[in-house]
Amino acid sequence: MPYNSVTMNEIQEKYLKLSGLEPLVITPESNFINVGERTNVAGSKKFLRLIKERKFEEALDIARNQVEGGAQIIDINMDDGLIDGKEAMVKFLNLIVAEPDIARVPIMIDSSKWEIIEAGLQVVQGKCVVNSISLKEGEAEFIAHAQRIKRYGAAVIVMAFDEVGQADNYQRRIEISQRSYDILVNRVNFPPEDIIFDLNIFPVATGMEEHKRNAVDFIEATKWVRENLPHCSVSGGVSNVSFSFRGNNPVREAMHSVFLYHAIKAGMNIGIVNPNLLEVYDDIPKNLLERVEDVILNRRDDATERLLDFAETVVGTAKEGKVDLSWREEPLQNRITRALVKGIDQYIVEDVEAARQSVTRPIEVIEGHLMTGMNVVGDLFGSGKMFLPQVVKSARVMKKAVAYLLPYIEAGKDGISQAAGKILMATVKGDVHDIGKNIVSVVLACNNYEIVDLGVMVPPEKIINAAKEEKVDIIGLSGLITPSLDEMVFLAKEMERQNFKVPLLIGGATTSKAHTAVKIDPQYSSAVVHVNDASRAVTVVGDLLQKESSNAYKESLKLDYETFRDKFLKRTRAKEYLTLAEARDNRLAIAWDRTSIVPPKKPGIHVIEDQELGKLEDFIDWTPFFRSWDLHGKYPDILEDKVVGKQARELFSDAREMLKKVIEEKQLTAKAVFGLFPANTMDVDDIEVSANGTKHVFRTLRQQLKKREGVPNLALADFIAPKETGIQDYLGCFCVTAGFGTAALAEKFEKELDDYSAIMIKALADRLAEAFAEYLHKEVRTMYWGYASSEELSNQELIAEAYKGIRPAPGYPACPDHLEKLTIWEVLEVEQKIGVTLTESLAMWPAASVSGYYFANPEAKYFGLGKIKEDQVADFAERKEIPMEKAKQWLAPNIAED
Amino acid sequence: MHGIIANTKNSMDTIQSILENRILVLDGAMGTMLQRYKFTEDDFRGERFADWPHPLQGNNDLLSLTQPHAIAAVHRKYFEVGADIVETNTFSGTTIAMADYGMEELVYELNYESARIAREVADDFTAREPHKPRFVAGSIGPTNKTASMSPDVNDPGFRAISFEELKTAYKQQVEALLDGGAHILLVETIFDTLNAKAALFAIEEVKEARAIQVPVMISGTITDASGRTLSGQTAEAFLISISHIPMLSVGFNCALGASQLVPHLEVLSAKTGNAVSAHPNAGLPNAFGAYDETPEQMADQIREYVEKSLVNIVGGCCGTTPEHIKAIADLVKEYEPRRMKIPVQGNAVQ
Repeated sequence: MPYNSVTMNEIQEKYLKLSGLEPLVITPESNFINVGERTNVAGSKKFLRLIKERKFEEALDIARNQVEGGAQIIDINMDDGLIDGKEAMVKFLNLIVAEPDIARVPIMIDSSKWEIIEAGLQVVQGKCVVNSISLKEGEAEFIAHAQRIKRYGAAVIVMAFDEVGQADNYQRRIEISQRSYDILVNRVNFPPEDIIFDLNIFPVATGMEEHKRNAVDFIEATKWVRENLPHCSVSGGVSNVSFSFRGNNPVREAMHSVFLYHAIKAGMNIGIVNPNLLEVYDDIPKNLLERVEDVILNRRDDATERLLDFAETVVGTAKEGKVDLSWREEPLQNRITRALVKGIDQYIVEDVEAARQSVTRPIEVIEGHLMTGMNVVGDLFGSGKMFLPQVVKSARVMKKAVAYLLPYIEAGKDGISQAAGKILMATVKGDVHDIGKNIVSVVLACNNYEIVDLGVMVPPEKIINAAKEEKVDIIGLSGLITPSLDEMVFLAKEMERQNFKVPLLIGGATTSKAHTAVKIDPQYSSAVVHVNDASRAVTVVGDLLQKESSNAYKESLKLDYETFRDKFLKRTRAKEYLTLAEARDNRLAIAWDRTSIVPPKKPGIHVIEDQELGKLEDFIDWTPFFRSWDLHGKYPDILEDKVVGKQARELFSDAREMLKKVIEEKQLTAKAVFGLFPANTMDVDDIEVSANGTKHVFRTLRQQLKKREGVPNLALADFIAPKETGIQDYLGCFCVTAGFGTAALAEKFEKELDDYSAIMIKALADRLAEAFAEYLHKEVRTMYWGYASSEELSNQELIAEAYKGIRPAPGYPACPDHLEKLTIWEVLEVEQKIGVTLTESLAMWPAASVSGYYFANPEAKYFGLGKIKEDQVADFAERKEIPMEKAKQWLAPNIAED
Repeated sequence: MHGIIANTKNSMDTIQSILENRILVLDGAMGTMLQRYKFTEDDFRGERFADWPHPLQGNNDLLSLTQPHAIAAVHRKYFEVGADIVETNTFSGTTIAMADYGMEELVYELNYESARIAREVADDFTAREPHKPRFVAGSIGPTNKTASMSPDVNDPGFRAISFEELKTAYKQQVEALLDGGAHILLVETIFDTLNAKAALFAIEEVKEARAIQVPVMISGTITDASGRTLSGQTAEAFLISISHIPMLSVGFNCALGASQLVPHLEVLSAKTGNAVSAHPNAGLPNAFGAYDETPEQMADQIREYVEKSLVNIVGGCCGTTPEHIKAIADLVKEYEPRRMKIPVQGNAVQ
């Protein structure tokens, strides 16, 4: 027994040995080792959801199913921008260890963050695999990490990646592997049998020439590594290879099988493969097999085209008949759309010429016919019914069409020859994935935007400098791997710090609206939009660069993301609250000694008896106006909307007509009262103001939802200097109305049986009141308070985005408590001065009125209070000297259920 | 102290070359021997700890400070009957285990003194019998907390101790043991491999910081008939999990009697190129918790180890006495050591 020759071999031959509760020894005789990939948040949406919702028990079931399904190692990855990866990794591993039927197999600790890897290594008793390290950040870090991995007793996956980038051809793969191996074996004394190379499996059949050899290069490099670097293994994530056919499982399964068949022959002995996405090699239909092998092995120039054509028959969407030209008989728009969707450029010039003759300005062909087609492409791609190479072909057709039209457009000399806008595109630092970014760039370029493409792995300072030098209108950031998310957050912060105003587009596979809303949007005060497909990018960029309406659109984006963020945070963290005392301890600490406070130039109370309505027109935000008519969509897009556009145009024209009349005939009266007072915060959450020699106190409410580290629990009181600082601060309040006369007019219309106009005048009055509030805020900032007097110098567009200070209104997210309106009324004597009254339920009358506070501090920002706990309700009742029951009644919507 | 450190390099070469030639004998139980003294609470306290706020009876490690002569006497008895290696009286010498007595602050002193006492006795024997050098193995126990199991059945994800905490505690113990003169470090009674990995990590850090080599013995515990460690690993999985560290030997101790260990020693012997050690209990405890296997019965079972050529180092754990060790030492003299497939040195080079 002890000297059995097989075991002698096992000791002398350096085999990769791993362990869970049981051993896993990988010998040359071993079959391909399958690594379970479902416990990877990047690979399984379900797992990601379960971890986000902290349903660890169910997540364990996924791990168990993997092991029962035959996975010999399970890969665990918690790299997601919205997860505390370290905490989740440790928690999940601790739970796995308690499940013998899962813990029997070795664990692959998968993260691009070293701290997560190390945390994982510290909780697993068995010999794990670390996935992964590389020379990307240089030798020093590579060596340091390898030394520690060795000391923890784990094997390691080494990515073929170095300081220059990811190995993407045969030569680079073997060079980096050799160099990594030499460092590990000779300098770190890392056991060579514990080294597993991941030689980068990249997609083939993407339609791009440079991707054709992706599979072949991997396979050949694998062979080289196994022959030249003794004892090590080769691994990889197989599903990447078929990335361009996502949505078409029969083709993907065949591609995986064919790829594995050849890669295993070359020496790949470990891999991450989804067993559900694997066809038995021999069961692949012959005609499919041939085409797939052509692509994988790059056997013919037209391999991709042939597989694409064939893929359509596999999905069952393509019609038979090779030269079916019946579509040429269809209407013009259908022909253009089809040409774009199918990527047929044969007839495009002919069709575009026909389109050009049907319109007055050639540009309309781009904005109309071609965009209609591209939108279809975008929808199909978005829903997985079109594949990447097809989109690239569509873009080609588009380019051809645009090229044909350009001379006509220039001849029209209406200035359109100039690009519609300049857009910077970059894949962020540390990331090399650029397929998505390139497509967005191509499609945007087709739409007459000038693209400044900085390429991949672009450091933030380069992006910032290029954006300044090129004076770009929009910055688009792309990234596929998880750390890119942090890069994007960093860049947003940096742009904020450097006072950038240009909109920021976020795209790439790991990005999401949730991440953008939660992590990026709060860092940047200008617009941030998550855009994940090319055709939506066109719409978004169009809206952002529309001179007339971009501000309104940007504001609506901000609001949209804020709402989304609130919902998301409420959902995921619903149960974590701080006590009021803890929340107060976590208040926003402004460095008051370093804050320059501008005393109001015109303190005290001011009244505007009769505001000139014409001045308000420019401040109207029309989007809510359409919403009030149940027409949903953003102004001005909504005017062109397929479904409601016609309706919207008619409504808008009527509104403009009525507004003109209202202004000219002074049918409505707009009034305002506002005041700027010395104020200080007392007892953390109260703001005391002195008006007319009397003290008044505003009670603010504080967020109690548990925040991320470093994020304060805000109350409006935080924006005013506390009394104990001895610094005199100031607060403003206001009430504006545009509602006087509305009731009479509405009544008149109703009498004439014209309900349409009756509703219209109310809707217009509302808009005018909001516009008045906006207008007055500007007047206050620049004149009455004057802390932003320089604002006046810049143009109107800048003003609207750039101002400092906020004007939150009681009853709205930052201060949902309506009761404070009573104090505003007291302080400003609103009713006596301008006649706006409060109803029993504290609604303002006339309805077209807005009231609120002015905070001037540059750190002041809009926020949502969210839910508060009973302790704050009790404290609030005591401070306000009202019965608890009354406090509960007014605050009900904001009280968290226990 | 520098002399002692320099000595470890020497002792390593010596032990390695001895291991090639004969089976080394480890000592038997310390606790069993100390029980014979019937020390009272006052004896445990001595003068120095007369007013210590915690009850101290049962804190055997403390006896190195309060009854050092008893400790030295036990070591002497084991050397006299033929042991090559004695273990320091430091099984619970970490801040984690000493917390029960409020003696975290004394950890360095306890380990240092224990190693020093054992070393003094060993040097004395070596001086008298230079042909049979004696060694001191610093005993590093598992602590009373587990890093990969939850003490709370209702919360399987909970951990009472972290890797970092264990590593810090072990590092302190290791430094004191080496300063006190231990030749070898023995990480033993490993019921949770993760605890052991923290100890090994600490040892590697100390070795690196002091630029020294130290022979390390690693000894796991197969808890019961399931054939696994308490933390659930099979013998081979356990071996793979600790093989990243250069070691003198790997083996099993405690929990089982000599016969019950055979199948697991067979696994180790077949799968490792390093030396294999075993120090089993004197059988399984009887109904009163005492071990009553006689020295002859135990030696008879250990005969199977040597006949099958499974071990290079053998001794005793709970319930074993100098009489047991004498029986074992007399037995193994007659046998060739298990042949090691990888020279110890080759693996020990970093």
